Amino acid sequence: MALQSLDITRCSATTTPSPSQRQTQEVAKLIDVTKCIGCKACQVACMEWNDTRDAIGTNHGVLDNPMDLTEASWTVMRYSEVETDRGLEWLIRKDGCMHCGNPGCLKACPAPGAIVQYSNGIVDFHEENCIGCGYCITGCPFNIPRLSKKDSKVYKCTLCSDRVAAGLEPACVKTCPTGAIVFGTKEAILHHAEGRIADLKERGYANAGIYNPQGVDGTHVIYVLHHADKPEMYSGLPDNPSIGPMVELWKGAAKPLASLGLAAVGVGAFFHYVTKGPNEVSEEIEKEVEDENKS
Amino acid sequence: MKTNPDTLPRYTAAERVNHWLVAFTFFLMTLSGLVFFQPLYVPLNQLFGGGVWARILHPFFGVAMIVFFGGMYVRFRQLCAMTLTDREWLTHVRDMVNGDDRNMPESGKLNGGQKLLFWLLVACMVLLVLSGIVIWRAYFSFLFPVGLVRFAAVVHAAAGAVMMALIIGHIYLAIWTRESMGAMLYGRVRKAWAKQHHPAWFREMTGGSK
Repeated sequence: MALQSLDITRCSATTTPSPSQRQTQEVAKLIDVTKCIGCKACQVACMEWNDTRDAIGTNHGVLDNPMDLTEASWTVMRYSEVETDRGLEWLIRKDGCMHCGNPGCLKACPAPGAIVQYSNGIVDFHEENCIGCGYCITGCPFNIPRLSKKDSKVYKCTLCSDRVAAGLEPACVKTCPTGAIVFGTKEAILHHAEGRIADLKERGYANAGIYNPQGVDGTHVIYVLHHADKPEMYSGLPDNPSIGPMVELWKGAAKPLASLGLAAVGVGAFFHYVTKGPNEVSEEIEKEVEDENKS
Repeated sequence: MKTNPDTLPRYTAAERVNHWLVAFTFFLMTLSGLVFFQPLYVPLNQLFGGGVWARILHPFFGVAMIVFFGGMYVRFRQLCAMTLTDREWLTHVRDMVNGDDRNMPESGKLNGGQKLLFWLLVACMVLLVLSGIVIWRAYFSFLFPVGLVRFAAVVHAAAGAVMMALIIGHIYLAIWTRESMGAMLYGRVRKAWAKQHHPAWFREMTGGSK
């Protein structure tokens, strides 16, 4: 099994506990959009470290490049121009996996061990166990996983779990020239974020805040937003993301109950047979038909 | 093969072949579909060469099943039209289950329960096909908004579970009602069997004698 140094708290399509004797510290990556200059060094570093190369696309007349996350581009900068009470603002957000505390992808995945959550909070895909059904795409509240046309496996940001396992920070953090991306224990990161918020408020951003949505039990990628009251302004960052009632129903108690129900139908049928006996042709009718045939 | 004069023809060879094609594809669908239903059934993927193969094959089995089930629908939809007698039959179904068929209204070639099963299966198939297209990630899911894909995933699982329950019931009733399996295997049933279980049909087939 890959990355044994990272202990596992959740494992897809697995109903018994995973090896979890050790408790590592929860980590988090902070993306301070207020410090981001949109240079895309993080995109480059991501591709370099993970050795992925996206296809050369076409010019859409905007800075976004590529236009969306792909199986080879695990992080993209999203640029939006919005009118706020401060006038026209250019908001840049580095998009990618949020590494949810309660990951919808993992909940939806039907392949044992294809998605794991390490005890440090990183949610990782193990492509060798992936069956390519795309249920993780259905379960994700942030629209992150991408199915590769080449091998029918899904890919997304690993939060550089390989680097983190070796005590290094993720590649995007390492390369960020403005210090907009910071990595550390979740506790330290939240503390750092609070300092940033205080600073922003001082500078007149009254609604500055942390994006660490509780609907998915918090995330291990956290944003500092100048307009935390309107996250949608940042290229559609969901306001209050959650796994949602449909996925909860689909992957919750309904299926074990359905299995029990099916077993009950089978067992019930057997006991019906045992108690009521078979439904046979009565002797009376046998005799009637016999007589008719004779006449 | 000499035809036994004590028997009546019940299902044609084409009807029987069609029925069993649906049955085979149903089992392929069930065994491969359960792989994604709940972790408990994951080992079933070994029947198809692993999880990836189960994922690839399941929807194509579905395409075959639509074709075969469509054939069943065309062949049986008129025969399965519900009559007043059938509705009456269904209100007495409790007696039937308790093994007392004396007060059952006389059923024709198919009884109310069989017809109800047919229409419930048709409803399940329609739901499974529509939701199945939406969640067929390789070819279609990208055409639909994620909210609809989530809804379709729930519908697909629920309709699949209902269909499995209906088929378990169907198989049991075929075992419980002795000799009925022969109708779908060889096409013929004994006259006494017909008179017992489908009296109106029996009269029709034997020229109105009592």
